[in-house]
Amino acid sequence: MAILNLYNFLGTYLVIGALLFGFGVYGLVARKTVIGMLIASEFVLAGSSVNFMAFNRFLAPEPAIGQIFTLFIMAIAAAEAAIAVSIVIAVYRNYKSIDTEDLVDLHG
Amino acid sequence: MQSLSSQLANGPSLFSAEGFVGLIFLITIAVIIIGAFMATTSRRLVRCVAGLAVSFTGVAGIYYFLMSPFVAMMQMLIYVGAVSILIAFAVMLAAPEDHTGSGSRTNVLASPLGAGMAAMVFAALSILGIKTQWQSFPRQGSGDIEQIGYVLLTSHSMVFEAISLVLLIAIIGALVLARKGRS
Repeated sequence: MAILNLYNFLGTYLVIGALLFGFGVYGLVARKTVIGMLIASEFVLAGSSVNFMAFNRFLAPEPAIGQIFTLFIMAIAAAEAAIAVSIVIAVYRNYKSIDTEDLVDLHG
Repeated sequence: MQSLSSQLANGPSLFSAEGFVGLIFLITIAVIIIGAFMATTSRRLVRCVAGLAVSFTGVAGIYYFLMSPFVAMMQMLIYVGAVSILIAFAVMLAAPEDHTGSGSRTNVLASPLGAGMAAMVFAALSILGIKTQWQSFPRQGSGDIEQIGYVLLTSHSMVFEAISLVLLIAIIGALVLARKGRS
């Protein structure tokens, strides 16, 4: 069966990365709450990580560089999640809501 | 593209070892898609966090297929173990459960427009990734954990220091932000 050989091709992994990125973009646009947008941004970062790892496996001359890049992306994502969660808690304390519709002061 | 299609045509049978690996790969992709769908479309935030954990478990499987079990382990530890739990704490601290049906949403176009835009981005990136003739280079080195540690502490040592500084500042900033306003 041809479909069982998919894991040997670079294009498959690039499509998976694009899929994760697309889910992240959809979540960032369509979610109503700040925490939902934070979850969607994690998907964007995961899509870029999958792309780096795919190029590292199939094309890169030095196969440790892509893994180090992915580890750095994970560290940045962890720092970003910690900061975002504390911002969400501060916003909730001030506005008593995490809905993006309620977080407007100027009513533009 | 010719070699790719010819290689795809004579894939392994389902009951061989390679075929079983391919089946596990398809299951991993299905886990990623189901988790991501649950995380981005569910109305309850707790289910979103659960979908995030499920999807990132699938991404760890993808890393394992890409011959780097160390990064797969780090993915399980950091994303599934730490980031998901952190977001779950944020949901428990800052999301009232009776807030799901607010009904005061004015822009109903956000969901279909977002879906259309995400589908276009996905299609463009997929076509770009498949159609391009990627050029391969000869490999130097193995890419195992020993080489990762060596490269991390020699040629990338300044980035290593910078990332430790970023994490320290993130810890202090998170404490300051969450602490402010509490007497």
